[in-house]
Amino acid sequence: MTAVLERPPPAPAPEPPAPRRTARLPRRALAVAAVLLAWVLLGALLRGRQTLALGPAELSPLHRGLSEVTDSIGAGRATNPLFTHGFDVVRQVVDAVVTLFQDVIAQPSFGRPVPVLGWLGVVAVAVLLAALAASWRVALLTGAGLVTVGLQGLWTESMETLALTLAAVLVCLLIGIPLGIWAGVSHRVHRVLTPVLDVMQTMPSLVYLAPLTLVFLIGPASATIATIVYAVPPVIRLTAAGVREAPAGVVEAARSVGADRWQTLRTVRLPLARQLVVTGVNQTIMAALSMATIAALINAPGLGQTVLQALETLDVGTAFNAGLAIVVLAVLLDRATSAASARVARRRGAPARGPWGRAAVGAGVVLTLVAVWFSRTYVWAAQFPAEASVGPRIADAADAVSAWAQTNLSALTLEFKDAATESVLNPLQTLLTDSPWWVTGGALVALAGLAGGRRAVVAAVVCLGLLIALGLWEDSMTTLASTLVATVLTLSLGVTAGVAMGRSARVDAAVRPFLDAAQSMPPFVYLVPFLALFAASRFTAILAAVVYAVPVTTKIVADGIRAVPVETVEAATSAGSTRWQVVTKVQLPMSRHALALAANQGLIYVLAMVVVGGLVGAGALGYDVVAGFSQSTLYGKGLAAGASIVLLGVLLDRVTQAAAARTRAPA
Amino acid sequence: MLTVVHRGRARGAGRRRVVRTGAVAAVLSLGLSGCGASTIEESTDAPAAGAGDCGTINLAVNPWVGYEADAAVVAEVATTQLGCTVEQKNLKEEVSWQGFATGEVDVILENWGHEDLKQQYIEEQQVAVEAGPTGPTGEIGWYVPPWMVEQYPDITDWTKLNGYADLFETSESGGKGQLLDGDPSFVTNDEALVANLGLDFQVVYAGSEAALITSFRQAQADRTPLIGYFYSPQWFLSEVPLVKVDLPPYTEGCDADPEKVACDYPTYALDKIVRADFAEENGPGYQLVKNFSWSNDDQNLVARYIAQDGMTPADAAKKWIAANQDKVDAWLPT
Repeated sequence: MTAVLERPPPAPAPEPPAPRRTARLPRRALAVAAVLLAWVLLGALLRGRQTLALGPAELSPLHRGLSEVTDSIGAGRATNPLFTHGFDVVRQVVDAVVTLFQDVIAQPSFGRPVPVLGWLGVVAVAVLLAALAASWRVALLTGAGLVTVGLQGLWTESMETLALTLAAVLVCLLIGIPLGIWAGVSHRVHRVLTPVLDVMQTMPSLVYLAPLTLVFLIGPASATIATIVYAVPPVIRLTAAGVREAPAGVVEAARSVGADRWQTLRTVRLPLARQLVVTGVNQTIMAALSMATIAALINAPGLGQTVLQALETLDVGTAFNAGLAIVVLAVLLDRATSAASARVARRRGAPARGPWGRAAVGAGVVLTLVAVWFSRTYVWAAQFPAEASVGPRIADAADAVSAWAQTNLSALTLEFKDAATESVLNPLQTLLTDSPWWVTGGALVALAGLAGGRRAVVAAVVCLGLLIALGLWEDSMTTLASTLVATVLTLSLGVTAGVAMGRSARVDAAVRPFLDAAQSMPPFVYLVPFLALFAASRFTAILAAVVYAVPVTTKIVADGIRAVPVETVEAATSAGSTRWQVVTKVQLPMSRHALALAANQGLIYVLAMVVVGGLVGAGALGYDVVAGFSQSTLYGKGLAAGASIVLLGVLLDRVTQAAAARTRAPA
Repeated sequence: MLTVVHRGRARGAGRRRVVRTGAVAAVLSLGLSGCGASTIEESTDAPAAGAGDCGTINLAVNPWVGYEADAAVVAEVATTQLGCTVEQKNLKEEVSWQGFATGEVDVILENWGHEDLKQQYIEEQQVAVEAGPTGPTGEIGWYVPPWMVEQYPDITDWTKLNGYADLFETSESGGKGQLLDGDPSFVTNDEALVANLGLDFQVVYAGSEAALITSFRQAQADRTPLIGYFYSPQWFLSEVPLVKVDLPPYTEGCDADPEKVACDYPTYALDKIVRADFAEENGPGYQLVKNFSWSNDDQNLVARYIAQDGMTPADAAKKWIAANQDKVDAWLPT
């Protein structure tokens, strides 16, 4: 969670092997083995006792209480001044912003049967903006991408999704950048904000979706606010990191010439932070887009609706077509903002546009205006021609592939699932869930301490204690078992692919589009084929999590490997190292920080899929959250399950970070 | 159009770029307005369908195909035959009921039991009222794929289930037979049932309707054993006619204590719920909703149009209405 913010410290030169450390490591390994042995023995001895089990339909008093609190809030809504004056104002403002975007690109508006801009106008404006902010290459990509979603027969749906995403991002920036600057200059604000942002990013959205509609009503405002909750943390974090990490020397220099705090911020810190801020904007856009399917659950229009409705009839092809449109939008927005941020970085000191450049800009503006005029005048330029749609063909192809896989591979895949579950998942889960709670808890605290020292012990004790208090210990341990297996799988795949990508630009170019697709394709799209291949099971949930988490892990590892200085690699090669030695002795050790970050983010992404896992047979916390969203009597339990997921996230995050800090700076 | 662009390019060759693009634009506009493309003004001449005094109906659409069939038919009749404006809102049940309290939802067309929500919104907050049965009867229970009944004819008798428990073992069921439970939207007593009937089974939570249907479809296609929680009416039953297992019959009050349940699920008379003020205003929209009622077969037919024939809900509704105007007439306000 928080690790993403720290800019990698300058990579330390590979240290000569310290004899002290090699002597210490076996001792720690012995201690770990001793803890594990004690855990297994005690667990087997006391199996099934004091496991704090609670059946899926059972409730603890805390769960009942939480449900009643929400009910009473709902009942008092009409008379409560907080609602009538406070929240309603927020709702109206957000509604107005979203409606504006929808009127311009997505919905019939101002008494006309079409939006202000027809498809041709939207394409022209987007291409122009991309050309101005990024480059001609990106502009071309933007145009091609937008025409693609039109050809998929999903123009209106895509524009609905885009309108809501852009509105949410706009609000995110209005809130996030000032807040990020504040957190950047004040340590106290930063300390208070960090755990809040952690919760916002790991609390499953299904937990707060229903209450949101109670507060902000069913409509665009609720969908937008749900999106904002999930999407605003990255821009706050990266802005804060950018402001905080301005080189001390430069800040000092500004102070010494008599600049006050505000002047230093404006003239030194903010300009230096600009690139990280743009990266934050990029991540916020991606996060906002990933909420399209979830927001559809409370009537947000757009591609998410298409995906969900196709799922009702198990129409894999149609869902895939819509998912593909989301991928296209994600890639467009990602490339445009990334290119813009690279340009921001380059522009310092670059010459202004020459006369040719100015002429090109002028021509672009003229062309865009013409296109806009067309799109406001003629039907063909306003509504994407339906005859051109290749959507059904894409859907048919996806259906064929999925059907082929289901018929021909399922015998094999089911066997694989059984073997993996029997040999790895079941033993691990038994150890975690069937041992008495104090044995499992004690062992986890001991392992945390061995990995991360005193800080990790404190984090583990607090988090595990709160997990017990929330009343879902057994479910939490079940989810933890699946999470650990999924994370190990994610890391082994991510490191393998990341090393290959980091070492070869060609591999990188070939693999990256698939990573982008896997990361932005809504999981709902591939759930049905996965279910057919691996049955409703914990294994299916683990696989879905791996698909979602591998891309981010791979990308971070690849960046880390690429950052290793070429001279170092060449020196090692010329000294006669084999390729394997170069990878294991030079490249991996030198990208240690990237590896730690990849592990941390891999974990967080795996946890983000716990709820999706609940939809495909993982049971435990994910199912509790889904059931809480669906049945009012189970709401409190769903909330407790959501909080438990947050606690698991904080626990794993803090322990891995403490462990990473320890290996970076051996005492 | 292609020729127009081409001509523009030839003309502009060799000139400064601004001039060239200006020329393209000019030629484009000349060419297009000349070739008689229809303009937006022309296309909007037809006035919107009869805006009567019916007003707006906020119709919750819950996420299953049978409900979509209800909603599409009611919406189509209300718009075309009564001149109402219908706002269809795609929502889960829980959120739909909340909508009664906030005034954002007027109608739920197919409510499955939900005694707790009725208590909360009808009895306590008094923001909603019942508006009569939808028609279809909801049935919840344990089902097996048809191939199993052919091969093991007595498998639909619950007293014989323990003999087959081994068949149903999976990687998820911890050495017992797996009973696949499901959609978290529906009430389940299955853990208590398994315990109280002394069955050697373990309940495994599939977690979604999609997971249940995929599992049953796969089980029938590959002839693998499966027993699970399912319900009718449901479009999937017309693709694979699952067979219901006979549990000890339901008697009034046998499910009063959830811990001690040892009987089948009750049948649900699916019903319509409307916002209290919407009912009080008694407009044509409310009267349509109140009169609306159709059979299991009617709903299944429209659901099949949507799920198996791939029609949009609106097209499916039009097709059904065209063939059944007599039934529709009975719903119209007098």
